[in-house]
Amino acid sequence: MTIWTVAAALLSHWQRRPLQLGAVVLGLALATALWSGVQAVNAEARASYARAAAVLDQNGLAHLVSPHGRSIPQAVFVRLRRAGWNVSPVLEGEYRFGTARLRVIGVEPLTMPAETQAVDLRNAGELLSFISPPGTLIVSPETAEKIRRQTDLALRVSDRMPEGAAFVDIGLAERLLRREGELTRIVIAENQRPGLEPLGTLAPGLLAREPSAQSNLEHLTESFHLNLTAFGFLAFAVGLFIVYSTIGLAFEQRRPTFRTLRCLGVSLSALAVSLLAELFLFALVAGAAGVIIGYLIASLLLPGVAATLEGLYGASVPGTLSLRPEWWLSGFAIAVAGTLISSIQSLLRLMRMPVLAAAQPQTWGRSSQTGRRFQVLAAAALLGLSGALILWADGLRAGFGVLGCLLLGASLLLPPMLSGFLTLMQRLSSGALVTWFWADARQQLPGLSLALMALLLALAANVGVGTMVSSFRLTFIGWLDQRLAAELYVAARNEPEADRLRAWLATKVESVLPIVSVDAEIRGQPMQIFGVVDDPIYREHWPLIVVMPDVWDRVASGEGVLVNEQFWRRERLRIGDQLDLASDWKATVVGVYSDYGNPKGQVIAGLNALTSRHPQVSRLRYGLRVRPDQVADLRSSLSDEFGLPPDNIVDQAALKEQSRRIFDRTFLVTGALNIFTLGVAALAMFSSLLMLSEMRLPQLAPVWAMGVTRRDLALLEILRTLVLWLATFAAALPLGLVLAWVLLAVVNVEAFGWRLPMHIFPYEWVRLGLVALAAAVVSVFIPLRRLAGLAPSELLKVFANER
Amino acid sequence: MVIALRNLCKSYETAEGRLDVLRGIDLDLGAGDSVALTGESGSGKSTLLHLVAGLDRPDAGEIMIGGRDISKLDDSGRAAYRRTEVGLVFQQFNLIPSLDVAANIAFHAKLAGRHDPTWENELAERLGVGTLLTRYPEQLSSGQQQRVAIGRTLAARPGLVLADEPTGNLDEANADAVLDLMLSLAKGTGSTLLMVTHSQKLADRLDRQVHLRSGKIA
Repeated sequence: MTIWTVAAALLSHWQRRPLQLGAVVLGLALATALWSGVQAVNAEARASYARAAAVLDQNGLAHLVSPHGRSIPQAVFVRLRRAGWNVSPVLEGEYRFGTARLRVIGVEPLTMPAETQAVDLRNAGELLSFISPPGTLIVSPETAEKIRRQTDLALRVSDRMPEGAAFVDIGLAERLLRREGELTRIVIAENQRPGLEPLGTLAPGLLAREPSAQSNLEHLTESFHLNLTAFGFLAFAVGLFIVYSTIGLAFEQRRPTFRTLRCLGVSLSALAVSLLAELFLFALVAGAAGVIIGYLIASLLLPGVAATLEGLYGASVPGTLSLRPEWWLSGFAIAVAGTLISSIQSLLRLMRMPVLAAAQPQTWGRSSQTGRRFQVLAAAALLGLSGALILWADGLRAGFGVLGCLLLGASLLLPPMLSGFLTLMQRLSSGALVTWFWADARQQLPGLSLALMALLLALAANVGVGTMVSSFRLTFIGWLDQRLAAELYVAARNEPEADRLRAWLATKVESVLPIVSVDAEIRGQPMQIFGVVDDPIYREHWPLIVVMPDVWDRVASGEGVLVNEQFWRRERLRIGDQLDLASDWKATVVGVYSDYGNPKGQVIAGLNALTSRHPQVSRLRYGLRVRPDQVADLRSSLSDEFGLPPDNIVDQAALKEQSRRIFDRTFLVTGALNIFTLGVAALAMFSSLLMLSEMRLPQLAPVWAMGVTRRDLALLEILRTLVLWLATFAAALPLGLVLAWVLLAVVNVEAFGWRLPMHIFPYEWVRLGLVALAAAVVSVFIPLRRLAGLAPSELLKVFANER
Repeated sequence: MVIALRNLCKSYETAEGRLDVLRGIDLDLGAGDSVALTGESGSGKSTLLHLVAGLDRPDAGEIMIGGRDISKLDDSGRAAYRRTEVGLVFQQFNLIPSLDVAANIAFHAKLAGRHDPTWENELAERLGVGTLLTRYPEQLSSGQQQRVAIGRTLAARPGLVLADEPTGNLDEANADAVLDLMLSLAKGTGSTLLMVTHSQKLADRLDRQVHLRSGKIA
């Protein structure tokens, strides 16, 4: 009964202050929403990778593979089966169906474990249609839509199939990939008879690869999800700032109530339990709202994330979200945790509060002044730690550690810096109102500190990420100009057509540049090896970063190869190093080129060197060099002569445009998260100003009584908010630039393997500044309207003796 | 400053309905007069003071200050009147917490355009806060804060000083000392003083007493 009475007395505070209640619930709900939304997106993507890996890679089972990524003769599989091993063959490779390039996975349905198959083929009819010529492609609904008109093969749709892949009978895979009698890997089933002859004896030279808990794609995209999590955490922290400041104020305002309750015999533990129950109630309500908003945010973000993942990693993630019960639980858990984190300091203060402690709502937040020295020291330590991490640590997590320390350290340093600035301005001013303006701004600073720190984080993240993306875009566009130097790109539909095409083109264009590649495994990594002809276009345009003298001569002779930047960095290669491209193929690294947007390692060798080792390689695609004014004619001639569909003939401009579009789509999600974070920071500012406005009367009324009009006071309030905003914005610029540098020079290198030059974009700052300024003006608008419209009777209450 | 109040009426809407706080007040104060305004709680003393200060407007009647009806002034006109002609001393002191003692004392004088550092220093010395000029209000006792509030008012050399229970938060010894100072300084500057008080002892020390009862002069 006591608890209920106490709880009712405590809750009555919120009844009288609905705005404060709104700020707590909204802050908590937003923090929960952004965090759980990002987690939902990550979980959906990871579930998709896991599905794909289970079906496409059978990664839950062990495999036998060739050490250099070369084919395994079918005879090895036959030998293993005869020896009693329960194994199944897989042949996979890439195949073009018109313009759609699919990963074709050929399996043998009778020996492949059922749990790794995309569809149930145990039914005799199903099995027969799968293995009988001409054959069936099992694909996702999206892929089926893409290739429906590009193939005569039967299509069967399965929701278990990831996009961009096709499951086929191994016989059909052999025909499509033109790799008769070859296997890519051999899957080893879990159940094996005892006493079998060891694999090492039966299949010497092959490597047994253990089942992997993490798919390749999951490993590859880890940096992106870590990035997303970091953003979610930033938004969560900003949301918690609102909750922390609001709960702190509510505790301070309720001190008289606490004191009265204690005097009336309510024990400290009963009071604490009541307050915890109240906080738990808030967490439940805000958690429920947060999970719902989080779901909406995740649904909104997921198509963008899917585009990003496809653009950066070629990973296929469905653009729709499924509702999982674990989200609700984790959403509530994060809401409760967030509430406890935000209120722990206030609760501890309550536990130490003497029974007769007086309320000091106006000095709320000023307690942080006592810890200011500690704050500066903590900030210095964090900034020092971030510097130390840059110098001595490496790895992606260290990169994010640098970002975390940097942002937290800088935000802790902001209030003391602003305080110093305001004190200096006060000293420099002489007029009564001007002096009061600076002094009063300093007085308000503790109450606004958290909101300003949130604003600093949001602005710096915007400047940093914006600079990174724009630098990337500028570099990428320059790189595209170098990389896509051929005027026209054409793809034949099959090898006979390709032969005809080559012969026809010989007299029509300046040069024909075959685009030829094979998949390989180099140093344990899945790679692509491209073969290039010796042509001036490469010598003049290819975006080389580090080179050996006579680099192109060495490539053309087959002695040297070029590697892409990400492989070069990942493997810490040096120019002149020897690279094992296959068991019988070694070459010297003679140069490094930038290769943005490609998650895989890549090697460029001379065409002859490649085709002599891979004579079966497909030669369907070509870059064509012609005079720009001949492009349109050549395009129509190609179309007339070969009946090629429009998608098989792409000109340079269209390809560049398409690449730019993919690039911009890739960073849509970053932009959306930036806006969310800025929105939450604006809300933090708004709620802080609104709550401060409730306590401003005792400070403003005397000034009004001495002859300053309400209008002038309101204008000064705007000006004060703008000055604090401007000072925070000024602090956010250098912080944002450091952030951008860390992203470009540390995080990107670790995450993607490429380092980009940093460019400065002052116009973007101006745009961001205007957006943030609008947010600041909006945040001050309601408190200001309240002040300007305040009845004199309200101001007079400040002077009333019987208050 | 000569003050003439004619048929002054003021009412407020409350939860229980309309409350007539002042019901036709007529009052004249001569230049340099010191008048105590006494009465029970709720008799309308503070409301009358607020109307004379231009902090609020009457429902009816005239407030003639120096021959000008300030109730007819708009918001900015009344703000200018408060800035240049009136000095207010409150029971709760209402100092500006963000400014130190010296800045608080100079504040109103600067607003009024009568900033005089010599006079402000002299006031601070006479009020006994000359050694506290760099302290902030929260670092002062109640008596010290009230002395600073009086200093702030008198530093601006207003023609009219309005004080609402200026010693209500002080003990007897402090109250006497503060009142002595205020009276002597007000006389010295030739200001008219209208002071709301519950204390008969304090009221006795002023030139005149006006007693309010249920919104009328008794």
